[in-house]
This record gives sequence, C-alpha cells and structure tokens, in this order.
Amino acid sequence: MTAAPLLSMLLAQTRCEILMRWRVPAFSLTNLVLPIVFFTFFGLPVAHIVRGDGVSVGAYLLASFGAYAVGSVMVYGFGIGVANERGMKVDRLMRASPLPALVLMLAKVLTALVFSLVALILLISYGILVGGIHQTPAVWAAIIVRLVVGSLPFIALGFAIGYWSGPNAAPALANLIYLPLSFASGLFVPLNQLPAFIQNLAPFLPSYHYAQLAWNALGAGREALWVSLLWLGGYTALFLTLAIRSYRREERAKFA
Amino acid sequence: MVVELRGARKRFGEVEAVKGIDLAIDAGQLVALLGPNGAGKTTSISLMLGLRRPTGGEARLFGLDPADRRARSRCGVMLQESGTTGVLTVTEIVDLFRAYYPSPLPAARAIALAGLDAKARARINTLSGGERQRLYFALAVCGDPEALFLDEPTVGMDVEARRSVLESIRALSAAGKTIVLTTHYLEEADQLAHRVVVIDHGVVIADATPREIKARIPSKRINFSFDKAPGESAFVGLPIQNLEIADHRVHLLSNEPEAVLRGLFERGVTVRDLEVTGADLEEAFISMTRRV
Repeated sequence: MTAAPLLSMLLAQTRCEILMRWRVPAFSLTNLVLPIVFFTFFGLPVAHIVRGDGVSVGAYLLASFGAYAVGSVMVYGFGIGVANERGMKVDRLMRASPLPALVLMLAKVLTALVFSLVALILLISYGILVGGIHQTPAVWAAIIVRLVVGSLPFIALGFAIGYWSGPNAAPALANLIYLPLSFASGLFVPLNQLPAFIQNLAPFLPSYHYAQLAWNALGAGREALWVSLLWLGGYTALFLTLAIRSYRREERAKFA
Repeated sequence: MVVELRGARKRFGEVEAVKGIDLAIDAGQLVALLGPNGAGKTTSISLMLGLRRPTGGEARLFGLDPADRRARSRCGVMLQESGTTGVLTVTEIVDLFRAYYPSPLPAARAIALAGLDAKARARINTLSGGERQRLYFALAVCGDPEALFLDEPTVGMDVEARRSVLESIRALSAAGKTIVLTTHYLEEADQLAHRVVVIDHGVVIADATPREIKARIPSKRINFSFDKAPGESAFVGLPIQNLEIADHRVHLLSNEPEAVLRGLFERGVTVRDLEVTGADLEEAFISMTRRV
C-alpha cells in the first residue's frame, strides 16, 4: 500500500474536527445553547399564539431560530475556524502532510453538518418539551432536512470570511454580517414588525430565502420552494466565488 | 533517489532566495543543510516538499512531483513556523497523523521517540515551546515514513530535550531512514550528519563530509588587545582568517587557536585581555565564501 485509504483519513479527521470544535466553548456554547436562549426570550412568550394562516407562532419561531442556528454553525464555524487556523499556520503543516486538501475540507463540512443536526435537535426538543409546540414528526423531519441541505450558501460565506480576514477580524466580521442579516430576514422578530425599508430589503437576503425553506415546511412560506432554492443557489455561487478568490490569493502568497 | 533539486530557483518578488541549487539525496543518507539564518535552507526544504513551486529548475521527491500524495505518504515533516490547534491531546493528534500514513508506528512508540511520554495525555496548548517542538517531531515520525524532513528540529529545546531528539534522529538513521535536516549549528551537523551541504545566499557553497567542512570553516574567534600595534607581518604564515585590527584590538578567526597564540608569543607580540570563543557561523561563512 503506497498511501493510506482516503475514507479512514476522512473519518479520523472528522472525529478530531468534532472534538476540536466541541472543546472550544466559544463555538459549542454559541452555536448549541445560544439559539435556545434566544428562543426562550423571543419565542416562548408568544408560542401559544396562532397566526392568521393557522400556523402556530411557536412553531414558526422555532423554524426561524433553527435557520439562525444552522447558519450560525456555518458562518462562525468556518469563518472563525478557518481564520484561526490560518493565523496559527496549521495550514502549512497540513499542506506538507499526505492528507489531501479536499479531504480536510470535506471533514470540516461533515463536522459542521453534525453540529447543525445537534443544534436543530436540541432546539426542537426544547420547543416540544418546554414550549409545548406540536407538529407531526414528518414536519419536524422536513424542517431539519431542508435546513441542513440548504445551508450551502452559509458554508461558502463562512469560507469567504475565513480566507478573507485574519484571526482577530474574523469574529467581528462574522457578527457584523450574520447578526444584521438574521434580524433583517425576520429570524428574530417577524417581518411585519420590522421597519418598512427592512421589509422591502428582506426578499433580497440569503437568510430570508433560507428561512423560507423551513417556514414552507410549516405551510407559512411566502414563496414557492423552487424560488427559495434558486436564490440560495445564486448566493452559493456568489459566496463561493469570493471564497475561492481569497483562497487563491492566500495560495499565491503562501504556497506558490 | 529520494530528493532531487535540479537548478532549482525560487524568487519572492525582488528577492531570489534560492539561486540555482543542484542537490541529489540518496536513500539512507543523513544530510544536514547548514547555513546562517536567511541563507535559503527553509526555502530549499519547501521546494523539496512541494510547499513552494520553483521559479526555475525542477524538484522531484521519490522521482515524483513533490506534491503527489504517493510521494508525501513516504515523508514525515517538521516545519518551522507551523502550528496546530491546541485543544487536542498529544495522543489524539498523533493518532490523527498516523491515519494519514499507510503503515504507521504505534502512537506510544512515536511519542516515546520524541521523549514526550509524560505528556501523552496533555492538551497541546499546555505544552511548553520545547515540548511543542518535540510534538512536531512525533508527528513527523509517527507515520513511519521512509524519509524525514526536519527544519531546525532542535530550535527552542532545552539541553536534555535536544540530546534525546538527536539520539532519536541517529537511531532512525541507523534504521535506514533518509533524513534531511536544516540547522545553523555546525556542531549539530557534525554530530549527526554523513553529509553536510552548506548553503549561503541561496547557493550551495560546500557539499562534503562533516570532517571536511569543519576543516574549512574556522571554528574559533580570537580577540585580544595589545600595547604596541603588531604589524601585519606578525601574522604571516599563521592559520588565521578574517584578520581585523581596530581600536587597539585584534580580531581573527582560526581553526587552531593554540598554534596561532604560540606563533604570536614566539614573535614577541604582547597579548592582553585574551578571548577565545566559538566562532559565529555567519562570520565563518563570510570567510568561506571569500575563499571559494
């Protein structure tokens, strides 16, 4: 055998990436606990109300914070994670190792998907157990699957932030981009309670269309599924272009 | 052939760090790349490993493109200026790196080779600088690769750690590994290597056994003051280099300080405030490049 099998590399790498993320409270608490805390403040007090279209406000906000949680795992995990590793020059050692760069990236994506799943399961369980919010298992499953699959643009956004900024700037930049994006897309406060200009802006934002995937599963979507997917595809292409551009700039500087 | 650089050049903007190096390293050799800081040693290793692309000439690793996974799978590396995230334990990260190789050593064996047994369960961010350096050594050897590339392996280590790592390097070499290391300590190259390649200003200025290199590099610096200025003639025929007389003080380099002093005494030169110290490699190289 001239090289180690790629699958066992991928598994070992993913295992360690999960451990590394889990042991950094700034990551694990922020992404697993914070959405539950937010839901407690913004969602629980109004969870019993039923909207005009018959959808429970509790379920609607649970879907919103689910979208917030997964996006946060992606944007903060990749944005800050990649910037930190670049700052510590982990990339140089990894580059000299037999681990292919693509396997490393795949392990990071798998890790983020695992954390997203855990974040969603914790949040939804909390909503069911503490908030008494009821939906059929099929609806919960649809929300989880759609949010995990649709998170691609936020993975790309995370990589773009991670390769574009340094370890000191990345947390600030990630917050500066992701928090306003979430607010303006109606993830924290329903859209109709936001200022008019933000209501007009929202339909152009990635988080807005991303949350539609989950709202749609509840029957509270404002647009057809394919429209949301098209927007998300476009944003994925945009963020990926930015990420690849920064990545190439770094490649030229460090490894050319 | 493990490593081949053929007319390899590397330019960074205006600076040419490596100016045409030819170097072939056979399996089983223990080669030290010796040179002062900024001589082009790290760039040369980066070219050998495909971490940098030559701007001229060619680099091959096991006859392949150095970035080829089949070539990388036969190499263990320890780099300067590379880090790792701190929250894993020593054993966890060694296990991770073992997974990169087809037939790795047991983790405990790699950790023992680096002398880190006592820290096997410690998190990386609790290690001292020297311990961290030993961890990188463990990561380099854990895959049981045929070739090891060690860039300044003992930097930042205390005397004890350094001795144990040098011992491990010797043992790995005796077991048939090809080892390429860089150092700016002549003694380290001398203690370890079969072959010393001296690099300065991006070119190979010598490629020989440690014994030959030592004979060519003046290893001691002699400084003294005088009452009556000795003429240049007082030094004729003595084994000295880089003679400077300034400010009522004589500075020179030599491999045979005893013979120099005996000669000076016989010629009646008064010697006060005598100092004999190990020569700085940097200045020794200057004298070497002058002679070549």
